[in-house]
Amino acid sequence: MTGGLVLEQAFNGLQFGMILFLMAVGVTLAFGVMNLINLAHGSMLMLGAYFIAAAATKITAYPLAFVAALMLTAVASVLLEVLVMRPLYRMGHLDQVLATFGVSIAVNEAVIMIWGREAMFVAPPEWLDGTVALTDTISYPLYRLAITGVAALAGLALWLLLARTRLGMRIRAGAENGDIVGALGVNVRLLFIGVFVISSLLAALGGVMLGPLIAVQSGMGDPLLILALAVVVIGGVGSLKGALVASLAVGLLDTFGRMIWPHLMGNIIGNIVANASVYILMALVIAVRPSGLFGNHAA
Amino acid sequence: MQPESNLASRRLAIALGLLLAIALVVPLLGQPYYTRLVARMAIFGIAALSLDLLVGYAGLVSFGHAAFFGIGVYCAGLLPMLGVQQVWVIVPVAMLVAGLYGALSGLISLRASGLYFIFITLAFAEIVFYIAQGLRMLGGDDGFRLPAPTLLPGGASLANPVVLAYTMLGALVLAVWFARRLSESHFGQVVVAARDNETRLRAMGLSAYPYRLVLYTIASALCALAGVGFANLVEYASPASMSWIVSGEFLFMVILGSAATIIGPVLGAVVFVGLEQILSALTEHWLFWLGIILVLRVLLLRQGLYGLLTGRGQR
Repeated sequence: MTGGLVLEQAFNGLQFGMILFLMAVGVTLAFGVMNLINLAHGSMLMLGAYFIAAAATKITAYPLAFVAALMLTAVASVLLEVLVMRPLYRMGHLDQVLATFGVSIAVNEAVIMIWGREAMFVAPPEWLDGTVALTDTISYPLYRLAITGVAALAGLALWLLLARTRLGMRIRAGAENGDIVGALGVNVRLLFIGVFVISSLLAALGGVMLGPLIAVQSGMGDPLLILALAVVVIGGVGSLKGALVASLAVGLLDTFGRMIWPHLMGNIIGNIVANASVYILMALVIAVRPSGLFGNHAA
Repeated sequence: MQPESNLASRRLAIALGLLLAIALVVPLLGQPYYTRLVARMAIFGIAALSLDLLVGYAGLVSFGHAAFFGIGVYCAGLLPMLGVQQVWVIVPVAMLVAGLYGALSGLISLRASGLYFIFITLAFAEIVFYIAQGLRMLGGDDGFRLPAPTLLPGGASLANPVVLAYTMLGALVLAVWFARRLSESHFGQVVVAARDNETRLRAMGLSAYPYRLVLYTIASALCALAGVGFANLVEYASPASMSWIVSGEFLFMVILGSAATIIGPVLGAVVFVGLEQILSALTEHWLFWLGIILVLRVLLLRQGLYGLLTGRGQR
């Protein structure tokens, strides 16, 4: 293994980790603020990818298509919040798991009804088509770097929103005690819609950016959702710092694992370990710290 | 049992008797499609019932129960490769392997609670899923065709739908009997007490953990029994049988019928399998409607089918 290759894989792992972070942060936010377990979160990533694929056929300017895809997701997420999610906030975990699982099955099939079973492909914008030289011999796709950058910016924006704005203050207060926030005159209903839309948009952003890298097809968000759930558990539910640390750790573990384990253990066992490594890590973390690395209270 | 529910329980008993009678008659009609449907309902009935022990009685929402189902499927597929076809070897081995995995993963999972428990059970199921998927000599993601069916003592083959239907119905009745005994036993009472108030249980000097672990192991082993039946029904073993979708479907069956009733989840499985057949005959996009029904069940039908039948609200 050469230094250049390690560097390239590190960039890949970082990029994967940031996409996971976009997913995980939405899961942890929805749980922290609305006490909602949302298994339909992967559908939001998928919708983002489908919307950019559909928008790209109508709109040639990539930035416009990008914005259109996010806006469509925002509309879909408001509808979802009002129709399904809102009554769920006060229900038990089991009901939430089932209803949102139902939503994800329905949305997975709905995209087939609209766009068909064939996978769709999205071209990355031309101005991001080049490569960047990492070393003298290794170059790295500009588009992948851009993904990492945009995801990091989105994370930063979220942190600024939560830490520095009035809305963020209300969201944090809502996570502490929603009833009191409501009693203080904040429109909790609107606040919850806002949080749901933000978390959906973060997932959709991941989907929009992944569009050119993986096949856009039904169910594409589900494996990422399951990984994001693992990230949330490893980091500690409700902890943004935990989500970031665990996302990057999982992204790097997964990416390097795919290279290292088959090398060490042979193809078959190595591949199994590479695929399962995140869940093995999760089991180890739970065995030692039942509420995750940065979780301080039982969820 | 409250006195006012006397009528209700009689109504339920009549409904169940009718259902069982229909299930017993259908395989005699010589229609393989309907015979297989009965077998399918009995198989998923066992799976849903085993999950109800966890979800209903212990309050442990497992989102990885399909792993144990899949272990049963793979045992029924793998053992014939070693020349073993007898049901009295295959079923105990499947239940032992599933029980072992249940006990080992339960040791860790049961340390977590609430949301963490839901996701850690999902993680342990994903591990099994990836092991099955990674076994390339067994077809990897595609799985493999069962080399030979499971044989009953006397040589009757579970590849015969009639034999399979009656075998699985018998197993289901046994499982219902066992689960009822278990839930009424001292052991079952402790598990329910731990669900309702763990602090009080601890104050009485009892730790919930070992009880839950034993229950988790039993439920895991029981689900593998359903898996063996399923492998014989579809004559195929693949990782799809242990995907997270299947785990979700099991939970749906439990909740559709209403949890902590044993019979409810069996009814839920019957209705689920029926729905699946009817919807898929009506439209290619039946999964869409299944998802919608799932959402509506949670939002509107609060007390489940069992509650609908007995006129009792959900506890």
